[in-house]
Amino acid sequence: MPERAELGVMNAIIFSALIGVVMMLGGIVIKSNAGIKLLAIILLFILLGSHLAEYYDLFNIHIQTHGMLAKSRFGMFFNTIIISLTLLYVLLSGDEIVKVGTYGAEYFALIFFSLCGATILSSYNNLLMLFLGVEIMTIPLFVLTSSEKKNLKSNEAGLKYFLMGSFSTGILLMGIALYYGGTGLFAIEASKAANEAQQAFRILLPLGLLFIFISLSFKVSAAPFHFWTPDVYDGAPSVFTSFMATIVKTAGFIAFIKLFELRSVDMGYSWKILLPLIIILTLLAGNITAVFQQSVKRMLAYSSIAHAGFMLFALYNPNDFGKQGIMLYTVAYSLATIGTFAVLTKMKDYTYEGYNGLAKTKPVLAATNTIFILSLAGIPLTAGFFAKYYMLASALKESTSNLWLVIVAVLFAAVSVYYYFRVIQAMYFKDGNAETTEIKPFFKTLLIIIAALIIVIGLMPSLLLDLFYA
Amino acid sequence: MIELLFHITAFKSLPLGEVGGALTHIIILSTALFFIGMYGLFTRRNMITMLMSIELMLNSVNINFVAFNKYLYPDKMDGIFFSIFIIAIAAAEAAVAIAIIINLYRTHKSIDVDDVTDLKQ
Repeated sequence: MPERAELGVMNAIIFSALIGVVMMLGGIVIKSNAGIKLLAIILLFILLGSHLAEYYDLFNIHIQTHGMLAKSRFGMFFNTIIISLTLLYVLLSGDEIVKVGTYGAEYFALIFFSLCGATILSSYNNLLMLFLGVEIMTIPLFVLTSSEKKNLKSNEAGLKYFLMGSFSTGILLMGIALYYGGTGLFAIEASKAANEAQQAFRILLPLGLLFIFISLSFKVSAAPFHFWTPDVYDGAPSVFTSFMATIVKTAGFIAFIKLFELRSVDMGYSWKILLPLIIILTLLAGNITAVFQQSVKRMLAYSSIAHAGFMLFALYNPNDFGKQGIMLYTVAYSLATIGTFAVLTKMKDYTYEGYNGLAKTKPVLAATNTIFILSLAGIPLTAGFFAKYYMLASALKESTSNLWLVIVAVLFAAVSVYYYFRVIQAMYFKDGNAETTEIKPFFKTLLIIIAALIIVIGLMPSLLLDLFYA
Repeated sequence: MIELLFHITAFKSLPLGEVGGALTHIIILSTALFFIGMYGLFTRRNMITMLMSIELMLNSVNINFVAFNKYLYPDKMDGIFFSIFIIAIAAAEAAVAIAIIINLYRTHKSIDVDDVTDLKQ
């Protein structure tokens, strides 16, 4: 596939927005929950098909974007991943999504709109598109978070998410304004100043980048801007937490990498201080607080902060190696998180005690959940191990003086084993009667497929990475 | 960080000229509005006032865009168009926010954020 800067990744963006509208209108005609779920799955297959058609140069909608969106192999491959993950997510948790409230079709429509924002983020080449992508991605999530209208927690989480989301948007906009003041452009490529006054205001550029960095740290929940995450993830309906913690979060990282791959140079030496500081704070805040949680859902929220710390390593070396790493991490982390959350939504009690004795009552659920959790902890033979390995290796590749940071990260990974294994301990070694809602054979089959995928990628990560270069 | 501080302290001694002088005043205004908005967001407990603070932050950015466009880069209209996008998105955000606030008011009978503390642990 040739690189063509003048054409945007149009199919995925246009189709995901259109499909969202079709889904919304479909809700008027189709009344049954099963029908709505089926329509969503069909539409997702259409979206995936249209995207793959563009990927293999069979069919695409040509739109002149004046360089605002750029087609790159990286972005296209990431789009393939997130659309496939959304498909998997809907297949697995579609029944739960329609059960959240009385507006099943609208929930799917909002998921599609959010996906549209994520596809913009993977192909933007202009800060206007970054802003629009972030907003299109997060505004539907405010609604999804507060979609359990009768539940106070859900409402509160929605409000909190909105306040923090729009606050960070304000910071992002201020950053973009300063960036514009410094360069006169919204494009993310380097530029030259023409006259003297413009030259003088070029000093606004590093300040603007700092603001953008802070704002994107909010979006991917990196410490010290992570404080909204546990409450929002805990309060939101579990199915939507799963979507927020995987697709939305990784799309935020893609936006991060695309910008700072080109622009971290302009932040100069301060970049070298800022990045390790944020990484260590994120690992600390995520891992240490997760140890003290009683609810598995809240533990997973903190663990998603800890994983953000690992994904930030990709910013160290955002060349091919770092990009491969973030791809692998996206797949490994998202598969495992979608799996654990799918099991979690079936549980009646979200605390660790709720998992007691799951291995006796539902052996398939317990076994697959064990694999997901091993992958999250980064145990060898699962995908999570190579994902973490690539992240740490990319930091070492940049310079061996980062060794101390890598050692700190490995120590925190060891801490994470403690709280992940508490779930396994509860499932296998404690007596109890774990209660679940009704589980269909199809759901079990899908869980087994996901677990198999994790193991296969864990054994041969090259399978996935070869696809990237195919 | 060190470089940044160096840049800011060096700001005064730069040959800004007439354009730079007028622009500096506008930047001071917009920065002041931005931080007033931020202060309001963190100190006010009324949800509507918090929403207004956020709007203040977004609008202070609009001033920045228009000023940079007029004084530094007048050959294209990028900045002005960006501010139109911001206004549109801010309206969408406000619509969602008001919906959430109304829903909270129905259940809590209050729009004070201190009354909404079910998630505190």
